[in-house]
Order: sequence, then structure tokens, then C-alpha cells
Amino acid sequence: MSETAAQVRDVHEASEESVNEAVLQVKDLHVYYYTEAGVVKAVDGVTFDLDRGVKMGLVGESGCGKSTLAMSLMRMIKRPGRIESGQALINGRDDLASVSDERMRELRLREISLIPQGAMNSLNPVMRVKDQLLDGLEDHGVKLNGREGRERVNALLESVDLDLDVADMYPHELSGGMKQRVCVAIAISMEPSVLLADEPTSALDVVVQRQVMATIERLQAEMGISMILIGHDMGLMAQSVDQLAVMYAGRLAEVGDVHDIFEEPLHPYTELLISTLPTLGRRGEFTGIPGITPALVNPPSGCLFHPRCPHAMDICSEVAPTWQEIRPDHWVACHLYGGE
Amino acid sequence: MMTSLLELQNVTKVYSGGLLRRRATVALEDNYVSIGGSKSEATILAIAGESGSGKTTMGMLLLGFIEPTSGKVLYKGQDLWESPKDVWRDFRRQVQAIFQDPFEVYNPFYKVDHMLTTPVKKFGLADSRAEQEAIVEKALTGVGLRPGETLGRYPHQLSGGQRQRVTVARALLLDPKVIIADEPVSMVDASLRATILKSLRRLKNEMGISILYITHDLATAYHICEDIMILYQGSVVEAGDVETVIMDPQHPYTKLLVSSIPWPDPNRRWGEPEDVTKGQALAERGTVGCKFAPRCPQAMDICHEKRPSLFWTGDTRAVSCFLYQDSPVVQPSEINKVLTNTASDVSVAAP
Repeated sequence: MSETAAQVRDVHEASEESVNEAVLQVKDLHVYYYTEAGVVKAVDGVTFDLDRGVKMGLVGESGCGKSTLAMSLMRMIKRPGRIESGQALINGRDDLASVSDERMRELRLREISLIPQGAMNSLNPVMRVKDQLLDGLEDHGVKLNGREGRERVNALLESVDLDLDVADMYPHELSGGMKQRVCVAIAISMEPSVLLADEPTSALDVVVQRQVMATIERLQAEMGISMILIGHDMGLMAQSVDQLAVMYAGRLAEVGDVHDIFEEPLHPYTELLISTLPTLGRRGEFTGIPGITPALVNPPSGCLFHPRCPHAMDICSEVAPTWQEIRPDHWVACHLYGGE
Repeated sequence: MMTSLLELQNVTKVYSGGLLRRRATVALEDNYVSIGGSKSEATILAIAGESGSGKTTMGMLLLGFIEPTSGKVLYKGQDLWESPKDVWRDFRRQVQAIFQDPFEVYNPFYKVDHMLTTPVKKFGLADSRAEQEAIVEKALTGVGLRPGETLGRYPHQLSGGQRQRVTVARALLLDPKVIIADEPVSMVDASLRATILKSLRRLKNEMGISILYITHDLATAYHICEDIMILYQGSVVEAGDVETVIMDPQHPYTKLLVSSIPWPDPNRRWGEPEDVTKGQALAERGTVGCKFAPRCPQAMDICHEKRPSLFWTGDTRAVSCFLYQDSPVVQPSEINKVLTNTASDVSVAAP
């Protein structure tokens, strides 16, 4: 979000005409789990904007809260979890954190949809693909007669590069990549503005992964969908997204253009994360990140990364850094860059 | 002539069709591979391929979990499946496994200690409780875990990375010669992945343990292995020194795989992916020609008629493709040469 766009956002939140219009505005979102061991702050004050047509990658280690963030945007957090506070405004109209359950049901699939983790195993094994494709549409009150339904199914299958014969098949007759394509077709069946994809290709082989990502990206571009690609594979992120959001222990560490972040990561965690990656050349060099991710029940004081941070200063263990825009469209939460 | 510790000789594994399956599946076909010898030639060999390539089957055969349909599994030159019990006992100690899923290998009802003390007891490694504790603690420290924070806990109380390192520690307990690691880091976070790979490398360098690294991830294979063998539908398509295979792949399938690696560099993006329809045309197994021919962009007439042999395309490289048919054919007994030419004392499989 550039400065001008930020002003625009402040002046008319609901403006749909502005060029850099944010489709999704998440503001200070908190999602807590009330466990027996204590309160787990899985998402602890996350703020970011997702612009129209932008592909954003959300990376972080397991347990950092990235899936919880996605589930909270779908309002699918189950007890003992709860959206504690904050906003998630979609298309400037509905706050996903607070709209009624009824309204949320309308918004899902139509405005925001999710390809959940391990989606291909979530297909109904005793239902033909065509019926699963139409299920969501019918649920949203789209009335289709037999011929229209058939046409819709064919269009959807074509859009995800599947053979039309797949319509009459059951999930077990499909390969992993084909099942994943069916899930993509379901997710985009109502042309949502925001698509959340939680590790959509993590169970697939590299060749198939590349094909499925190509399909997702093509659809995303054709329909102007904004996408949040969730995962921990920085390689896949580098290949697929425009913007990168790095999450650590429930908070965002850094958000910015993917090229900028790979070239010059600002947050020490991002820097370490990038240095652990296997690259071409430099063969046989390994860098791990020292220490382990903090237990979110009893997090460290100040900046949550300070116990593992090579640049930690005194202030880091005392005060949590503020979330600030260091350069246009490049946000970071780190005391190395001053701030209040 | 030196014999390798563990060897597959002309091994084929067929999973026969059951009640519901009409056809049998050839998981591995006429495979030769060898691993482990003296300490000086400890090596890390990657077996890479997509799902269904037979790489896990190869691991299972080398671990003696399944019996080959034809061909031999040799342990110290002896046919494992003809061997008496004491050879098996020795084999079970010298050849250890690390599996992909650090969640599945644990019994949730036992503390992690159970998994570590069982092998110590089974093989009678310790005379006293104190000695047993010392052995377990040493193994845990060896993989960078603090015994105090690990022992006495249940599996669900450890993170995925910790759990996976405990399984590495368990493999270490018995001081093995060979470790078969089947996708050991595919379910581990990036920051820990490097740590685990580093500890695998240390096992090789410091303890002289040879490792068979089974993976679909060419990027990590490139970083920790000396040699690599690429499988496609149960057959070796390309084998050799990892640097040359990854930097300059020769088989069309290897080219496809290497070009699909998502390297973490936004300035070096993927090109156009393979035509989806071709990828989905699940090639009929057991056809007469090259198994990759139905998907191959360079397929010639001969590819649909005959199975290609492995051809020498360099000192440390063999490719099973008719594009290289003018090169000399790799004899079965020479397969070790392809893989271990980097080591000075090459061991040749003794047929």
C-alpha cells in the first residue's frame, strides 16, 4: 500500500474506484485459543492490506498461526478458539470478523473462498465430481437445470484444465493433481474476490505442483482474484507470488514485494529464513535458524523473535516493535528500524 | 574385490493384484544399487523420483521389510533372504531407517523414551540402567537435542522437528553402517530442515555412515548427496554425480524434473510447465518401449518399440535414453562405478 493509497483508504474506506484498492483489509486481528494450558495467541495483532489481483504469499513455520489466520478469515475457527478483536474488511463492505453467521455463509465461496490444507482428501468419496462442483453453487441459491448444470460443470472443468470425462468420476479414480484441480474448481466456482490457498500443492510432485500452480495463477489473473498463498516453501513463494508476508509466532514480521524481500530482507527472521534455503551454487552449505519457535502459551517478552535473533538489543526483550512502513509498500516490525 | 555392505542385484518387485485390482503393479524393475562399504567411502546417495517411481519400494527392499519378486538383496555379499537368523540380527543393527512422518512412527501411549530404550534393550547394548541412560543421552545430544527437554515427554509434547530428530537419534543408537532415510525432511519446517540435513551430513563425515536419501526434493538432494539416481516408474533413468546430473541433466525426464524445482529466487522463475494433458496421460505400465516415451517431447520411433539400456555418457554418469544410444552400454556389474567414482577405492559388485 503506497502512501497515497493509504490516504485514500483512510478517507473513503469503501471506495471501489481507487486504483490500488484493497480487496481485503485486515486490521489488528487477534485470534486466541483458550486451552487448558492457557491462552494461545495464535494470531496476535495482524494488519495488512491485500490489493485487487495481487498474489500474496504468507509464510511461516508450523505453528506460527498462518492457517489460523486463514481459518479466521473464513470464520471457521472452532472452540476453544475465538476471534478476539480486530477487523477484516472484504470489498470495503463486510467485516469478516463480525458479520452474522448467515451473512458469512453468503460470503463464503462468493467473495472469499479457501482451498484448505490437504484439500484433495476432503472431497466426498461417494459423490461424483460433477455433483461436488455444483454443491456449493446450489447452496448459494444458484438454480440450474440439467443442461445448465452440465454446461457449468464443463466450464469449470475446462477452466482447471481437466478432461470433461472427469465429471462422472469419483475422487478415487483421480490422481492427486487431478483431485487438487477439482478443489480449485470448487473454490473459484463463484468467482470470489479473495482466494485463500493453504499449501495447495504440498502433497504433489514437483512437476504436477508446477502445473497446478500454473492453472491457479492463470485463473487468478483471468478473474482478477486476489490470492493469499499460505505455505512454508519459500521456493514456491519465490516462483508464484507478488507480495510476501512473513509471519512469526502469531505476528507479522515483514510484508513487502517478493523481489525486494529476497534481495534485501529487513527483518532478521526473514533474513535467516532466506539463508536456510537450498540454492543453486553454494552446494553443501547449510544454515539453520538457532533455537526453536516460542511456545505461544508463554511467549517471550518484547519482540517474540528476540531469543533467536542475532541482532537482538536491550530494547527487544522489553518492548514489542511497532508495525511500520519503512519504505513504500514495505512493512516491518523490528527495532533495528527505529519507530516509536 | 570389495563387496558393498548392502546391494540390490537385478531386483524386481511386483505388487500383485488383489481381489479388487485386476493388474499387478511393477514397482521396481531390474534394479541394481549398492550402498555402504568401508568408512573411507561412506557416501550419501539420493534416490529421487516422483510418487510411484518405486523409490520407497527400493528403501523397503533394502531394509528387508519386503521380499523381492526376483533378484537378490545382498547383505555383506550374502543373499539376505537365504540368511540365518544371526545374519538378520546383525543386519537389523547395521542398517537403520528414518521415515518421513515423524508423527506416525510413535506410539502415542508411550513416552519417547520407550522408542529409544527399546533398541538398547533388544540388542543388549547396556549392562545397567545408568549405561542405558548414557547411551540414550549421547544419541540425543548427537542430533542437537537436550536430553532433559526431550526425555520423559510424550510424542505430542514435542514439535515435528524434535520428533524427527529423535528418530534420527534412535537410528544412531545402534551405531549403524547404513541409514535408509525415506523423505526425512519433507514434513519439517525450512529452518529445521537445514539442521536435520546437516546432522545427516555429519553422520556421514564423522561417523562414516552411508546414507540412502530417498526424496522427491531435488534441491535438498543436490545439497547433501554425492551421487543421485533418478527413478521413473521403477526404472533408473539417470544416475551419476549429483553436481553434473542437476546442473546438466541429460534424460528428458530429468530435464523436466530439474526445470520444475522451485528455486527460491524470484528472478529465476519457472518456464512454461509441461503440457498438462501429457502429464495426466498416466502411461501404461509394462509397455514395450521406454516408460517415459508417452510423455517425452523428444520421443523417436525406437522409444516406443524397445526399452533403452543404461548408456555411459560420462565418467560418472549413465542415462537410460536412446538419445545416447551411440555411447557404450553400462553392464549391470558396472553400476557402482557410475555412482562411486568420486570415491578412490571403488567397490565393484561381485556377481
